Amino acid sequence: MAALEIGSELPQISVTPDRYLTNRYAGASGDFNPIHVDQEFAQAVGLPGRILHGLWTMAQVARLATDAGGGPHSLSRLSVQFRGMGLPEQELVVSGSVVAVDGDLVTLEAQVVQGGKAIIRSATAEIDPS
Amino acid sequence: MAISDQAVGKSFDAVVYAVGREKIKEYASAVGETNALHFDAEFARAGGHADVVAPPMFAVVYCAAAIFPALFDPEVGINFAMMVHGAQEFEWGPLVVAGDEVTTVASVKEIFTKATNGFFIFETNSTNQRGDLVCKGTWTNIVRGI
Repeated sequence: MAALEIGSELPQISVTPDRYLTNRYAGASGDFNPIHVDQEFAQAVGLPGRILHGLWTMAQVARLATDAGGGPHSLSRLSVQFRGMGLPEQELVVSGSVVAVDGDLVTLEAQVVQGGKAIIRSATAEIDPS
Repeated sequence: MAISDQAVGKSFDAVVYAVGREKIKEYASAVGETNALHFDAEFARAGGHADVVAPPMFAVVYCAAAIFPALFDPEVGINFAMMVHGAQEFEWGPLVVAGDEVTTVASVKEIFTKATNGFFIFETNSTNQRGDLVCKGTWTNIVRGI
């Protein structure tokens, strides 16, 4: 594992959610809001189509943080703001860097970009890799 | 339409969630986790865990049955057609593993208006069967066009 120092860039995660991802995530999470699983409903309320669950996208940031920290035990806090709608079948890139180190506690800042637009920005994570 | 903050401070019934191994695997697959701790009980035991380990964001699963009634509470009064999930924060304690029983209490933390948006902020506190706080969640929902 690379040293985590202020300014260290974390290994990026690139992921393209497939056509049926929102259905699987709805089942896994229990969130069956029709804007995520029903194309006609989503378009009827003015969306381009079914959109990704924000909490699925947040989970991609959590993966970036736990990968950097060496496992699920390392993540003690994650805070995100949802800034836009994510869409299936388009690549998302999750990236981040170390912004503070205080003893064992490392603070990360991360974002999720899709089609040139940040759908999560200024995400903050605290990890303790020890 | 004006919003009311009368529900601030309201607490909802505690919800107990029994964490299952297959549900952890299903959730971990859906979010793209690859760490064997989430899929392989023997591997997890070899690492000192009682069973497969839930990814931190599995909190959304054990919190769901506690947070949904809070969102839909008529006293809170959210207009769902205009609601978006604005922000989310989780703070985690000890790891959750298959076999745990997690009890979650949701409450209304803040309701306020900013410009033409209504902000509805909920808190969840989730404890395991030993009484450890495993996750505190802050859920910010925004209702547009107040």
